Amino acid sequence: MSTVTTGSYGSAHGPAYGLAYDGAAMLGRQLRRVRNNPGLLILTQTMPITMLLFFGYVFGSALAMPGEEYRAFLVPGLLVATAANGIMTGMFQAAQDTHRGVTDRLRTLPVSRAAVPLGQSVADVLVTAAGTVPLLLVGLAVGWRVEGGALGAAGAVGLLLLFRFATTWIGIFLGLLTRNEEAAGQLGGATFVLPLLSNAYIPADGLPGWLRTVAEWNPISAVTTALRDLFGNAPVPEGAAWPVAHPVAGSLAWCAVLLALFVPLAVRRYAHGGR
Amino acid sequence: MTTTYAVLSEGLEKRFGAVHALRGLDLAVAEGTVCGLLGPNGAGKTTAVRLLTTLLRPDAGSARIAGHDLVREAAAVRRRIGVTGQYASVDGDLTGRQNLRLFTRLHRVRNAAARADELLDRFGLADAADRPAATLSGGMRRRLDLAASLVRRPDVLFLDEPTTGLDPASRNRIWDAVRALKADGTTVLLTTQYLEEADRLADDIALVDRGRVAHTGSPAALKALVGTYAEAVVTDAEALTRAAAVLDRLTGAEPALDHERHTVGAVSTDPTLTLPRLVRELDAAGVPLVDARLRPPTLDDVFLRLTDGSDGNGRDNSDDSNDGRELVA
Repeated sequence: MSTVTTGSYGSAHGPAYGLAYDGAAMLGRQLRRVRNNPGLLILTQTMPITMLLFFGYVFGSALAMPGEEYRAFLVPGLLVATAANGIMTGMFQAAQDTHRGVTDRLRTLPVSRAAVPLGQSVADVLVTAAGTVPLLLVGLAVGWRVEGGALGAAGAVGLLLLFRFATTWIGIFLGLLTRNEEAAGQLGGATFVLPLLSNAYIPADGLPGWLRTVAEWNPISAVTTALRDLFGNAPVPEGAAWPVAHPVAGSLAWCAVLLALFVPLAVRRYAHGGR
Repeated sequence: MTTTYAVLSEGLEKRFGAVHALRGLDLAVAEGTVCGLLGPNGAGKTTAVRLLTTLLRPDAGSARIAGHDLVREAAAVRRRIGVTGQYASVDGDLTGRQNLRLFTRLHRVRNAAARADELLDRFGLADAADRPAATLSGGMRRRLDLAASLVRRPDVLFLDEPTTGLDPASRNRIWDAVRALKADGTTVLLTTQYLEEADRLADDIALVDRGRVAHTGSPAALKALVGTYAEAVVTDAEALTRAAAVLDRLTGAEPALDHERHTVGAVSTDPTLTLPRLVRELDAAGVPLVDARLRPPTLDDVFLRLTDGSDGNGRDNSDDSNDGRELVA
């Protein structure tokens, strides 16, 4: 066998270098997978667009809000609801890798323990960022507008991607927990109800008391309200629970809490293989 | 010269809830040798490999791999091992080339692309290099798995059932690759259910039974422990009983009868039992003999004998429908 020249494993550069290097390699892996199978990406983008047209024209006709106003209200809701699907995709991918033995192969390599989930989550955020473009274009066609200025819009997109980053980590943890593609697929489908219990599709003010409380403490509501505020699509509702009443701070707090909880859980789960 | 051990474990234990998968595994694999870990399903082979490759943490005991402590120096161990097993797979959504480039990069091999191409050539995968790994045939997929565990030449290579489910041609390619690695100085720890595989590849065999190493030795030494297998083929069922009585008297071992093939056999440890004597004795007893032979024991015989495979703990190792190669279907 010929000589194999190797560089250092990161110890010479410190653990942060190792994490960045391995994380970048894992990010490359995830993006290559998307490139190898672009059909799946296109398919995931059609869902929120279909919902925008369906909800916007069918349900919108039954609501008190005028159609165009409702569709502008709906676009941020759908963006956040789609971002919440990070739980589903994160879970499915982690479970699939574990089920198929890829996770174990990677765990036998001298790879930084956080690199694999980090690569997966960053790739997911990049794919999500690309995926919002078609939805926003269709949104523009049906009456949604950016009315809060460029800075507000940039803030809205940043917040959306941060939220996606957080939900993906929840998914990665759950996927490493279930370790089974099919179970993850079933469980992932259940995340569909999460935006239904929020103000993503309808204003929460009209909900009965306790349901309104549940909806307003749903992280999706805080992020959706923040996006509506930053894009200038709808005002912050009055008299809402704290995360919705202060949507930007509320959203940042929610993301911080979720990341502080699920990043260590997922990394620990990954490092120990659950046993 | 003292022997250096590439794998040295003492008293490794692992429980999964109520299941005591490993009950004190002691294993010593000398550097540069191929060790076959042989045992039925559920004996603890895979758990042993998962522990030794840092995938699981032992509940008790210790091990050193290539001189590094398994638990305290797990990262150093990972730098020196390669792992190929049915549970440690390449990414089916990536092509063979993309997989190998990813693993070379993660192993900090410079010129990742060149190294990946070199491995693709060496394992006959160059033509299929740009197909998603999931679409490769079983044999190609297994070769890709093997190539992926060799990106940085490992000191110790763990192969968990590397040829299970492969056709003979693919199996031979894997065997050739293992021999080449050994010639190169790589230590190989191989688990298998195929006795023939262990017989052909392994310098030493460790028989694993119920979470422990029951016996170790070279294939020849293990066979010598068991003795010679005396076998007689007769014309009919009635003659079979008489032949069995003769074999019982000659060997002192309980003969095994195969009624379908009119064959009876028994293990002999008596060096004076030669083929002419066997034939004379059977003829003298009036047995209508069709065929008789003395053959060295197969590892099947060794296995059944040394692991007490017929102890009624739920395994049926005496099932001969498996053509003598595979212990458990």
